Amino acid sequence: MKSSVIVFPGSNCDRDIAVALEKFKIKNEMIWHDDVNLPKSDLVVLPGGFSYGDYLRSGCIASKSKIINDVIQHGKKGGLILGICNGFQILIETGLLPGVLLRNKKLRFLSKNVFLKVTDTNNKFCSKYKKKNIIELPIAHNEGNYFANNELLKNLDDNNLIAFKYCDKKGNIKDNSNPNGSSNNIAGIMNIKKNILGMMPHPERLIDPILSGEDGSMLFESLLNSK
Amino acid sequence: MKISAIVTLKKDVLDPQGKVVNQTLKNMGYNNIISVRQGKHFEIEINEADKEKAKKIIEEICKKLLSNVVIEDFTINHK
Repeated sequence: MKSSVIVFPGSNCDRDIAVALEKFKIKNEMIWHDDVNLPKSDLVVLPGGFSYGDYLRSGCIASKSKIINDVIQHGKKGGLILGICNGFQILIETGLLPGVLLRNKKLRFLSKNVFLKVTDTNNKFCSKYKKKNIIELPIAHNEGNYFANNELLKNLDDNNLIAFKYCDKKGNIKDNSNPNGSSNNIAGIMNIKKNILGMMPHPERLIDPILSGEDGSMLFESLLNSK
Repeated sequence: MKISAIVTLKKDVLDPQGKVVNQTLKNMGYNNIISVRQGKHFEIEINEADKEKAKKIIEEICKKLLSNVVIEDFTINHK
């Protein structure tokens, strides 16, 4: 399996995701945002960080960068795209994923571990979570408050496009387990074809016991399994 | 020609910064302030003599880049 990580000025999780991909024997290449041609890839990753200093809106300028046309084409052809944190914000700004990410409800930058329920395992990113669907991953963001109108929420629900929801240790999805105010505790969503996943939590940060956990590993194992 | 564009969050979208500014003003004793909405102001210089054409271009720019039409409104002012 081959992957491309797109690096923007201000990306800061690009190396972490590269380490994670390589650990799972995914052949990775780092692609600079100013490049025009995307090499042939099975998976494109938009990493976390603060692309272009969050100017205008988080992810906005990155969504107009030169490489993005190829990334959009890759996604439209059914190629896998994973957007983590700022990558999720970029996917929203490109229109590849619906809805909008607002500022965290309590106006604070959040950097902590949260519990998540994997609400859909019938996709190429989450198939390995069938055995363990309540996981713990770190979040680190200021604009992660996913907002969607009722029509869109219904659409996401009806088509099982919500991959992750914030929950408590036991898996209860409640208001007090919602760190940022997201509609319906949404932490990650997919497009209708389920080849594009955007998520605020960072799976690449928990892929080794030495990093205090491996709950992120299953996502990469799922991807490998999908090939 | 110079044209300015103002982008603000839509009425129904929570504007945390505006809220904080509003609260701070109240704390400072400005009790007659009712509400504050914070936005972004862009001053754009455009090489186009036709006023209507220029406005149209700026409108397009606002829709495509400067605002997110899902959550933000924009107004365009000709100087």
